[in-house]
Amino acid sequence: MPSHPDHRGFEIVAREDFSDVTYLLEVHHPQMAKAARAGQFVIVMLHEHGERIPLTIADFDRQKGTITLVIQAVGKTTREMQQVCRVGTHLLALTGPMGEPSHIGGQRHVVCVGGGLGVAPIFPQARAYKESGATVVAVVGFRSKDLVFWEDKFRACCDEVIVCTDDGSAGLKGNVTTGLRQALDADPEIDEVVAIGPPVMMKACAEVTRPRNIKTVVSLNPIMVDGTGMCGGCRVKIGTGIKFACVDGPDFDAHQVDFDDLMVRLKRFSETEKAALARWEEGCRLGTAQPAGK
Amino acid sequence: MAKKKTIKTIPRERALVEEQNPALRARNFDEVTFCLSPEQAQIETDRCIECPNPGCVKGCPVGVDIRGFVAKLAAGDIRGAYEVITETNLLPAVCGRVCPQEHQCEGACVVGKAKGLAPVAIGRLERFVGDTAIANGWTNIPYIEPNGYKVGIVGSGPAGMACAADMAKAGCDVTVYEAFHVPGGVLRYGIPDFRLPNSVIDAEIANLEKLGVKFECNVLVGRLFTIEQMIGEMGFDAVFIGTGAGYPTFPGIPGDNLNGVLSANELLTRCNMMRAKDGGFDTPLPIGTRVAVIGAGNTAMDALRVCKRLGAAEVRCIYRRSRAEAPARVEEVHHAEEEGIDFQWLTAPVEVLDDGKGNVRALRCIRMELGAPDASGRRSPVPVAGSEYEFDCDLVVVAIGTNANPIIGQTSRIKLDKRGYIATDADLATSIPGVYAGGDIVTGAATVIKAMGAGRRAARSMKRYLGLRDTDAVYRPVPSWRERAFGLDPEEHNAVRVRVS
Repeated sequence: MPSHPDHRGFEIVAREDFSDVTYLLEVHHPQMAKAARAGQFVIVMLHEHGERIPLTIADFDRQKGTITLVIQAVGKTTREMQQVCRVGTHLLALTGPMGEPSHIGGQRHVVCVGGGLGVAPIFPQARAYKESGATVVAVVGFRSKDLVFWEDKFRACCDEVIVCTDDGSAGLKGNVTTGLRQALDADPEIDEVVAIGPPVMMKACAEVTRPRNIKTVVSLNPIMVDGTGMCGGCRVKIGTGIKFACVDGPDFDAHQVDFDDLMVRLKRFSETEKAALARWEEGCRLGTAQPAGK
Repeated sequence: MAKKKTIKTIPRERALVEEQNPALRARNFDEVTFCLSPEQAQIETDRCIECPNPGCVKGCPVGVDIRGFVAKLAAGDIRGAYEVITETNLLPAVCGRVCPQEHQCEGACVVGKAKGLAPVAIGRLERFVGDTAIANGWTNIPYIEPNGYKVGIVGSGPAGMACAADMAKAGCDVTVYEAFHVPGGVLRYGIPDFRLPNSVIDAEIANLEKLGVKFECNVLVGRLFTIEQMIGEMGFDAVFIGTGAGYPTFPGIPGDNLNGVLSANELLTRCNMMRAKDGGFDTPLPIGTRVAVIGAGNTAMDALRVCKRLGAAEVRCIYRRSRAEAPARVEEVHHAEEEGIDFQWLTAPVEVLDDGKGNVRALRCIRMELGAPDASGRRSPVPVAGSEYEFDCDLVVVAIGTNANPIIGQTSRIKLDKRGYIATDADLATSIPGVYAGGDIVTGAATVIKAMGAGRRAARSMKRYLGLRDTDAVYRPVPSWRERAFGLDPEEHNAVRVRVS
């Protein structure tokens, strides 16, 4: 492509593997590290044949000039990234920060809930609330003890951290709604809940807070292409209207979100996705998979 | 000196331009219309009567010296023709293909006013010149004296490109910011290869880079930095915003959020820019077997024809007015019909029906008729009672227009109009000093050439704002020493021409 003949992309400066499916990439992009706010996301493209995928910014370090992405290998692109993204390699495209930053307002007592892929992206929100002077309880959920990560990071910026595991091997046994209920019961002054994770988990959190009438914000994760508001692929039903998650969100009032619609729309390409993954895995076995950047 | 041409002596028929066979081309993404051959170009050139006061030039939104370039062609000087065109239009291979010439230059051509004659095929001639230039690697790079001013352009579509070219030619240090990973805007993501091949866009962008224009992709202005930061800490002396319209409109009928209902922008972006139609690319592409496209603008035509090429058995166009009101170019509708698109004029969608799993099963429509003219003189469609019908389809593509993209408005203090577009004065200046805007983000969705025209108008205003001499007319090759005697440029206005004998 034109411009920057020396531009190889955006350099990966650190990588950490949390489990066999979850990994962290720290990418050098000083301008973005400076601009990023809690709640924003990026669009990443691994190589010229790749697709554009949205990933929430899990952390940013203005001094080091880096942003951090925590990725779960669920399909072709994220598996391929897991295989080829090593320290010193480059992402072809990294655009952002995208979306409206989270509104960190005058809330005094906040619960930040992260489940599954949502544990990492809830971190900048928890930190931002803490920096704004709120009392912050983090509720983070994992399948089991071996998958727990960033507990120390949450402890460093939260007043309380409730770890939940499905099998009870660490912290509370059960999913994050168990932890959320415990947090709400313990502090009647909670005036906001923020939840990030799979839609089914965010929906469950919304149902916990709805009867208690506590303002609840979720970060939606619909299918995206451009991330700039020009295609409407990420449209979501909010109340009686339609919003584009990439420019109007991704944060929305959980009590207004039509989660069932979101879940159906997320399955739009499930057949194509399965086929792409199968083809890629076959290519890997035969050693004919496209190397990155080619 | 050739004999003077008159309306009676010119060839009566347009040079025949070859097109791919409709049955074949409906299954491939190769260009539909071939470039004129040199012989065909000569015939078409002969049809121009070289009017003393050419209406075609006034009909062109950027004022290309059409008579001038046709005269060069008549003399067999294609390179000369290229230089004449590129004085005003740096993208002849693009504009020759995508302009609605019937409403612009060709619509104003005197030959076309004569009984039984078609206007001179100016667009095809422009494309002939542009394609010849690309094939031969020609560029028209004027001598540029840097003036030290730094100009930022937001968006690399037609408006941004045209503005960037003019500012670079005036000597400014120009950087174009693009949110996508490739530049070109609608030329890249929207217009499919069978109308405008990517290789043409690449060639035209490479020409801008030769002028010194820098393209920075993956930069979302408003989010990575704001317009205010560009003018402030980043040191830009002037900024042009050409971010386009974006933000597609959905019909607001029941079922329009079902899987299988998508905007034409999304379909085209996946297909064209992400190259999902080609093998070995990761972006998924929804392919319908029976497709309904709602709308009848150029975007709708592109979506219809793309769906056909992707292998749909049946592709229908749903439009609530009649063919005469369709906003698409006549040529596009004609091409689409030839390719077997089924046009349902005077038909409006009422509901998208569900298959029970969240996918599209069918579209319910209602027939319309044209009622009395409204205040604007346009006859508005009214539903015919009891005429509802359903037809089975699995993909519904929406191409009924766009709204203003909200990002710049969300992130800067720039003044917007009632509809959310950027408000400008007659000089395209916005409410922020030094910041100009043009193209779809000011006017709402329009054409490529109108956006380019706006980019050039904004460039003129920006030059005035920066106190630069208007360099519009001084792009000719460096004259010989004779012409430059005493240091006078003969192209300068008010310069007395001095000849050394």
